[in-house]
This record gives sequence, structure tokens and C-alpha cells, in this order.
Amino acid sequence: MITSFPKLLSATVVTLKLLSLSLFFGLLIGLLFAILRLNKNIFINKFAYGYSYVFRGTPLLVQIFIIYFGLGQIEYFRSTFLWVIFKEPYWCAIIAFALNTGAYTSEILRSAFQTIKPGFIEAGKSLGLSNKTIFYKIQIPIAIKQSLPAYGNEIILMLKGTSLASTVTLLDLTGVAKYIISTTFKPIEVFIVAGSIYLFITFLVHNLIKYLEKKFSYQ
Amino acid sequence: MWNTQSYIIGGKMNIIKKFSLGLLITLFLTISANADKIRIGTEGAYPPWNSKDASGKLIGFEVELAWTLCRYMGKQCEIVEQDWDGMIPALIMRKFDAIMAGMSITAERQKTINFSQGYADEVASLAVMKGSSLEGMDTPAGINLTKPNAAAKKALKTLTAALAGKTVCVQTATIHQNFLDSGDVGKVNVRTYKTQDEVNLDLAAGRCDAALAAAVAFSDYAEKSGKPVVLTGPTFSGGAFGNGVGVGIRKDDTELLAAFNSAINKARKNGDISRIATKWFGFDASM
Repeated sequence: MITSFPKLLSATVVTLKLLSLSLFFGLLIGLLFAILRLNKNIFINKFAYGYSYVFRGTPLLVQIFIIYFGLGQIEYFRSTFLWVIFKEPYWCAIIAFALNTGAYTSEILRSAFQTIKPGFIEAGKSLGLSNKTIFYKIQIPIAIKQSLPAYGNEIILMLKGTSLASTVTLLDLTGVAKYIISTTFKPIEVFIVAGSIYLFITFLVHNLIKYLEKKFSYQ
Repeated sequence: MWNTQSYIIGGKMNIIKKFSLGLLITLFLTISANADKIRIGTEGAYPPWNSKDASGKLIGFEVELAWTLCRYMGKQCEIVEQDWDGMIPALIMRKFDAIMAGMSITAERQKTINFSQGYADEVASLAVMKGSSLEGMDTPAGINLTKPNAAAKKALKTLTAALAGKTVCVQTATIHQNFLDSGDVGKVNVRTYKTQDEVNLDLAAGRCDAALAAAVAFSDYAEKSGKPVVLTGPTFSGGAFGNGVGVGIRKDDTELLAAFNSAINKARKNGDISRIATKWFGFDASM
């Protein structure tokens, strides 16, 4: 058990890397699609809605399997330049996670933008602020504050979602835990340690979000 | 008012009591029905050893052999499906009483569980896609790693040079992974999968430079999928590859171990193991 602890810690680094990269790309995707959702053009709007509908409506495990094992079966796809990226399980996992969390993030941000009272924007306009200034100085800070609790939740869900990386050969925290179990045959002890590490990361994320919520509070 | 309420609660309690009593009886009946039933765990994903047909029924060499052994033991049996990476923990946690899942007898596993005598053995081999640079290595047809002779040592050197920096795919927690991790063929990039099916898929997709498993697992896949998967290098036996495949049994179940051993003896003597092995492997893999 003691000898396997360092292995679990180095696997935690893999999990954190997967989490941070997926959240980074997911936030960019989420922001883009939230803006597209607010667009008045019906086609753009429906396209953005369709994306979030599909990725929120199917299990993450199915998505990662389609991206990793599914796309690899298409011979034409393997001949394109995209195969350089999709050949690697690491990038397949990040693409699947980013697309998944991006769909949820777009919904979180869209609702945050929509809850901004028109009065705030009108107040900005009456002060003679430009649309750009209103967007960056009024809408964005309010949207961040509004979306923080929900987004904190999304980070925690994504942290647990990264455990599915072990299904596409990556040795993340869950993957290494399973590997140690398969050689030591001690599932309870190993899973308790791995579970505690997940819990500890959640504790850190939770406190970070709480701190940010305080910082962005305008009361 | 108070009275009516207590009446209602009382009525509810009655339902709960009746329900739990029913549940208890069912549970008791299930346990007693299972008392002298031997539950055998298998993976159902490692053809031709064990797999599932289109309707989801477990089939394969070990499934048929299990029924035969149970007939010799005069016991009722039940075959239980279990993922490979949780096979030994599930045995220890009494989800079933015996493992018949193409599990080779190795010293490492014997620290945790007992094995019956071996009932079948067959060699492991590397596989690549046709046209790979790893095809046609200059090695003997087969090497035994228990006491490697000069030719076997030379073959390991050839493999070390050929596989340097290559990605080799294996099923997790197998003798094949142990061999690659042992360093006998130098530093290769080992990628592990939950099932052999997934190894085959990624070999065909070109994500693996080579894959290592039971030779029949690859020939079975090549035949069924029509993919140009070919065997390369020597076949491996002995050493990290263990001493044949046996029935895995909990350490304290010595009675069951003896029963399996005598059933295997009888089945071997009557030619049942050879017959079933030839049917599923295409050659006599019995031992």
C-alpha cells in the first residue's frame, strides 16, 4: 500500500493535467457557444442549441468511445491530417472532455448573460458608455458572478469525469488505481486512497470557488 | 384524529413488515438453492477461450469445459460473467467460487489464490498489421523463457532492437503485460486495454505498432474481422508466461480444489479436454 502511494500521486498529476486542459478548452468553447446562443439569427442559434443538446444528452463514456474507438475505425479519417491528433489517446480524451464540459459551460454562461437585468445595460447607455465597454465592464463581471456557483459544480463534475480517461488506456488516477488492484488484489484499500485524493481536489476547488464568489460579489 | 393517524402508520408498518418478510424468504430460498451450486467466473471476451454469441450467451472452450467438469463432479454449476481486471478480487469477495477465464498459472497469482492442475496451454505471440516493418523478424519459431537457451536469448535481443520505442498494446493485468514490463525486451511503450477486443480494434486502427496476446486470440480476430492481422516473431512460453491455464480457486477452498483436480483427471483420461479444445482452437491445446 505504501509503495503504491507515490504511483497514485504521479497519476494525480495526469488527472489534474487532463482536468485543466479540458476546462481551458471547454471554457473557450462554452464562451463561443454562449455568444452564438444569444445571436438573433435562427440558424446560428439553433446550431449552438443543437451542440449543447447533443453533448448534454449523451453519456460522456459514449462520447469518449465514439471519439477514440469510433473515429479510429473510419479508414478515410485515418488518412487525414487530423489523425496525428486523434491517434493519441491523450488528445482524444481532452477533445471529448472539452466538448462535453463546453456544452454545459455554454448553458451556464448563456443563462448568466440572460439574467442580467436590462436596467444595468440601460444605466451604462445613459452614462454614454460604448457597447464594448458595457460588455466588458458590466455584462462580463455580472455574468462571472452569476455563473460561479454553477461553474464550480461543473469543475467538480468534470474532475470525476476525467476518470473515464482510464477507459481509453490513459493511466490517470482511476487507471493507476485499477492497475494496482489488478496486481495487489486489494480493491478496498486502493479505491479508498484514490477516492480520498479526488475528495481533496474537490475540497480545493470548492474553496477556490468560494473565494472567487466573495471577490466578485458586488453587494 | 390521533387514532386514525396511528392506524394509518400501523397499516404502513404492516406492509413494510410483510414486504421484508417476503424479501427475507426470497433471499433464504435463493441462498439455499445456491448452497451446493458451484459458481464459475469467466470473462466472456477472450475468444476462443471464452466469449459471447450474438444473443449474449456465454460460449467458448472454457464454458463447454466448465459444464463437462461439473458433470464429472456431479454438481450444479452456474457461469458468472466478470470483467478481467476484477477477476481475482471478485473470487476473493465470493462473487463466485472458481475462475475459468484463460488465466495462466503464475507465481505472482499463486500468492493470492490456488490453481488446479493446468487443463490447457497455448503460446503467446506478437501480432502486427500486414506490411509493418516488424513483419518477418529473424527469430526461431518459438522460444521457452523458463530456461532460455542461446537461441532464445538471441531472439530476445532481436526483439529488443526491433521494439525499441514502439507502442505495444496488451490487455491489462495479463501475463503479456507482465512480460513487457519485465524488461526482457527492453524499454517498450506499453499501452494497456480493458479487453482483448479493444486491443484488436486499436491494432487494426494503427494506434499500436504491435500487440501481444495468445496467438489464437489474433488468428481468431483476423478470421472473424477479415482484417490483415499477422503474427510475427517467435511464439512465447514459460517464464513470465506461466505454466498453462488452470482453474483459480480461493486458498481456503481445498475441497473444491481437489474436486476440480480429480474432474480434470477424468476429463483428460476420457479425451474430453482434447475433443473440446480441438473444437474451439482448431488444434489440441489440452494439457
